[in-house]
Amino acid sequence: MLDRSWKSVALGAAFVMGSAVAGSAATLDTVKSKGFVQCGASTGLAGFSEPDDAGNWKGLDADYCRAIAAAVFGDATKVKYTPLTAKERFTALQSGEVDVLIRNTTWTMSRDTSMGMIFAGVNYYDGQGFIVKKSVGVSSAKELNGATACVQTGTTTELNLSDYFKTNGMEYQPVVVEKDDEAIAAYEAGRCDVYTTDASGLYASRLKFANPDDHVVLPEIISKEPLGPVVRQGDEQWLNIVKWTHNAMLAAEELGVTQANVDEMKATENPDIKRLLGADGTFGESLGLSNDWAYNIVKQVGNYGEVFDRNVGTGSPLNIERGLNALWTDGGLQYAPPIR
Amino acid sequence: MSDIGTSYVRQQMAPPAPAPSSAVGATAWLRQNLFSSPLNTALTLVSALFIAWVVPPLLSFLVFDAVWTGENREACIVPEAGACWAFVKAKFSQFMYGRYPIEERWRVDLTGILLVAGLVPLAIPQVPYKRQNAIFTLAVFPVLAFILLYGGVFGLPTVETSLWGGLMLTLVIAIVGIATSLPLGVLLALGRRSQLPIIKTVSVVFIEFWRGVPLITVLFMASVMLPLFLPAGVNFDKLLRALIGVSLFSSAYMAEVVRGGLQAIPKGQYEAAMAVGLGYWQSMRLVILPQALKIVIPGIVNTLIGLFKDTSLVLIIGLFDLLAIVQSNFTDTNWAGPTTPITGYIFAASVFWIFCYGMSMYSRYMERRLDTGHRK
Repeated sequence: MLDRSWKSVALGAAFVMGSAVAGSAATLDTVKSKGFVQCGASTGLAGFSEPDDAGNWKGLDADYCRAIAAAVFGDATKVKYTPLTAKERFTALQSGEVDVLIRNTTWTMSRDTSMGMIFAGVNYYDGQGFIVKKSVGVSSAKELNGATACVQTGTTTELNLSDYFKTNGMEYQPVVVEKDDEAIAAYEAGRCDVYTTDASGLYASRLKFANPDDHVVLPEIISKEPLGPVVRQGDEQWLNIVKWTHNAMLAAEELGVTQANVDEMKATENPDIKRLLGADGTFGESLGLSNDWAYNIVKQVGNYGEVFDRNVGTGSPLNIERGLNALWTDGGLQYAPPIR
Repeated sequence: MSDIGTSYVRQQMAPPAPAPSSAVGATAWLRQNLFSSPLNTALTLVSALFIAWVVPPLLSFLVFDAVWTGENREACIVPEAGACWAFVKAKFSQFMYGRYPIEERWRVDLTGILLVAGLVPLAIPQVPYKRQNAIFTLAVFPVLAFILLYGGVFGLPTVETSLWGGLMLTLVIAIVGIATSLPLGVLLALGRRSQLPIIKTVSVVFIEFWRGVPLITVLFMASVMLPLFLPAGVNFDKLLRALIGVSLFSSAYMAEVVRGGLQAIPKGQYEAAMAVGLGYWQSMRLVILPQALKIVIPGIVNTLIGLFKDTSLVLIIGLFDLLAIVQSNFTDTNWAGPTTPITGYIFAASVFWIFCYGMSMYSRYMERRLDTGHRK
């Protein structure tokens, strides 16, 4: 033990000196030598990273961490989660405490350009929405003229709300609350007609209502909140691994490769599937991984559609429609560049 | 004559008549305690109404309408359902151990048993072998506890502190905080009253600095700023950072409490200690501190209880103490429901209350026991 810890101190020192010279060491190498992917997760967000009864992380974001581990090690369990609050998350990534941050983080320009990090894709297209009581009989946000709206203070949500009503020439009365739970309570008590926050949050809040079916999420989405995995700048290889893990999950769904049929699909003649699953070409090796990297992702975690349904979609209590997150072939925005 | 006279003299005492019904029994107690004056009668009636207003709905929420069993949220979202105890039941082991690996949880249990085995005999004055016991609890136990909980030696797999959580983490932070802040606080208090300028200045600066910043700031600095100053790749444990922050913070408060006790000791005691030829440390250890600490027991326990409850602030740096792990489980879509959060908070509050009330009971017992003739 003592011996090992001394070695690691020496290694750490060497790493520090090395990184001072070489800019930054390859994340893939450090991940491989550690033997696990250190993944920055949230401290609890319904459908994205939430604890199950045994205390394991589950959710869309948590499954992306597992998918990266499956791609790198061929073993989705080789992942460790660091629960991070919203304020800590970027420091943790910049300081190297986590290898990848998958924590419902919105992709914005300034985060890409001025914070030393880079987004690897969008695993969930979120956006601000509205929830109203069914009994009000409103079917579109355009009909909300004169409504009182519950909104969290100090958020972009508040600004988006005011912009949206101004743009559409409508009046509204804001009921400003401090926390999400208060907003839900105020809305349930009838202090406001409509509650607005990110759509995924609306679906999660709906579960907390006494009668979830009495409430409806309106179809309008009034802001863009693309959520995705983030890595440090300056390591294109690692960026590619995270980016193509996402793309492979999309490609698998598009090609109809599922967790259940991936073994049969391996024998197929479809060239796209052969390239995806590593039967043809050396796409995995060029990433620095093994050629069956995508096979491992689909086999152990599933394709994008399966992961979505299981955690936030129709197979989960949240019951969120695919909407913008449908594949481009189904009218959504999820589109993977070809693997070739 | 004598024959006639004696027949009119009682040989036995007359049996005492029962006290009037207004002076004994339930009626008297009621009259004395609840209806002794018009004001008290009014207060009694108001309180009775208040209890009648609050208690039945509370009981029906907590007990009669509560859901005791169930596999997921379906059980708890039935109309008119009370507290969702099934949620607490399903998550109970997580609330206790956090994400500590299930097959290694015996190590936490064993640590807990060792702690109880060390503390209980130490806390009961009648049990002999205090010295050996203190050595075990203060010197051997911390090492054992670290080895057991963290592992990495003797074939025990390492369990990283990021997996620690729940009540176990709350107790780790509280006990480490208490065990370091008490001695450190005493030293700082002595330092602040020292005649030596450097020691005095250092103590004053230390105390005033740590008392002047909020604990949340300390934790934030430790978890957000510190990693930026350290060279890349050098991480030191988040829990360790929080432990150091909490300990230093509470030691400053402790120092001021102890200083209050030191100032309450009459000057004559200091002079008497000097007069019998005791040096500084001897006079402190044998004369001053035993008296000073006894006076400030309520203050010390106050600080310790505050420290125990402050441990839940670590949730803002992503450590899952009891409260944080309860809160994070509200997001579990399998259990989300209208009554789940309330139930979780009630559970967390009860656990905190049990520990804090325990500390306060013991401190009252110690006060009574050490009360050697100061009461007039």
